[in-house]
Amino acid sequence: MTRAFLALLRRDLLLAIRRRGELLFPVIFLLVVVSLFPLGIGPGPALLARIAPGVIWIAALLATVISLDSLFRTDFEDGSIEQFVLSGHPVSLLVMAKVLAHWLLAGLPIVALSPLLAIWLNLPASSVSVLVASLALGTPILSLLGAIGVGLTVSLRRGGQLLSLLVFPLYVPVLIIATGGIMAAADGLPYGPFLGLLLAGLITSVTLAPFAAAAALKISLS
Amino acid sequence: MNTHSGHKPRKNALVLFFHRTGSPPWFYGFAARLAPWLWLGFGLLAAWGLYLGLFRAPPDYLQGESFRIMYIHVPAAWMSMLIYAVMATFGFIALVWRIRIAEILAMSSAPVGAAFTLVALVTGSLWGRPTWGTYWVWDARLTSELVLLFLYLGVIGLYSAFDEPRKAARAACLLALVGLVNLPIIHFSVKWWNTLHQGSSIGVTGSNIHPSMLWPLLIMAIATKLFYAANLLDRARAMLLEQDLRKGWAQKLIARQPTSELPLSEQQGSEQQGSEQPGTGQHGSEHGEQV
Repeated sequence: MTRAFLALLRRDLLLAIRRRGELLFPVIFLLVVVSLFPLGIGPGPALLARIAPGVIWIAALLATVISLDSLFRTDFEDGSIEQFVLSGHPVSLLVMAKVLAHWLLAGLPIVALSPLLAIWLNLPASSVSVLVASLALGTPILSLLGAIGVGLTVSLRRGGQLLSLLVFPLYVPVLIIATGGIMAAADGLPYGPFLGLLLAGLITSVTLAPFAAAAALKISLS
Repeated sequence: MNTHSGHKPRKNALVLFFHRTGSPPWFYGFAARLAPWLWLGFGLLAAWGLYLGLFRAPPDYLQGESFRIMYIHVPAAWMSMLIYAVMATFGFIALVWRIRIAEILAMSSAPVGAAFTLVALVTGSLWGRPTWGTYWVWDARLTSELVLLFLYLGVIGLYSAFDEPRKAARAACLLALVGLVNLPIIHFSVKWWNTLHQGSSIGVTGSNIHPSMLWPLLIMAIATKLFYAANLLDRARAMLLEQDLRKGWAQKLIARQPTSELPLSEQQGSEQQGSEQPGTGQHGSEHGEQV
């Protein structure tokens, strides 16, 4: 089972690395969206610092959803997923491997890039580490919950548009808790509980979401 | 299973009932007989409740007459949440036991629930104008109703995106279940978010409501439940007929249709118009002479 998991993970990472151009799309998207906010709102540092947590997190949500659409699509269309289901391995394993690969390729760059974004938006230095931590804990939740939505929409031709409607309501708690923690840190308040809640959310979604996504995939295959 | 000529006395009441409800023709007949009574009950209770609420209840000492919108708003808000739970329960039954009627009931619930959510949101913001001085505040309750509306729209959108109805229903049922797991988390996070960012908002009136104000509310709450049940059965019946159009029982039913449309019909096929004519056809009637 571990072997199948690792083989899948390795395959997905290899496939992505062979097409390096696409690898950068979510990151570039994130940069563009975040840079639009100062242009639209004005360069006032105080205002930017105030909205920075929300802007960065919403941009991360959008970037995740955009990159999620391809999570199962090519494998679904060329029949790889069908073959995997027939192989007798648990489908949730497949989901876990693909979600982990997706997070490494799309989520981790966002986490790594976030200090730069924080400087752009004049976020107080005290809350930068909280921003990074909240993204590190929160973006895997986004990928996991998103996998359920992708599993449901993968057999639809225009599933991508529907996907955002399906997953954004589910992302609301993550957004609220993460930005709440960053703002608390900026105000000098304790932010531990926020990160704790995110961690709890991460553990819960790691435990439950792969099964839901596997069920969704099976419905899409039927 | 010859279902339209009345059902025999139920032997093993509950089990038999559940097994029977799984059969499309039986369910169709059952729903057709039950729905008119529910509509009737809704009509009477809603009229009574609205009369008491709009004319008899005294004006609120703080909000004046505007509080009366509560008699629509609060039951609608309750229903919006209840229907989501009911829909997800049907969804669970549909996914686990693959019962088609449960799929249909879940999918028929979604538009009703979305409508109640919309009514709750619109009446809430209309009430907010005189009371809070603005149509919209990011109040915790309003916000979680809004997210609930998005969840409903997601379920409806997913259902309508598939060509094949059964696959569509199963996908949408799964989404409804995921939403149900998330709903409490969303609710509490929004509640907490609001208190963090804005301080406590203006609460709904006093916690102890005078009986003359409370009774109409409770009557309306029951009335909306009957409305939901009646609407659900009618919708489920239409959906069932649409899906089974080519099947034997539906063909038989349709073949009977022209005769039952005539007012002088002696047939017992009045299930066809059940909802429009609350007076007829509710006994299943082995004999047309009863009518």
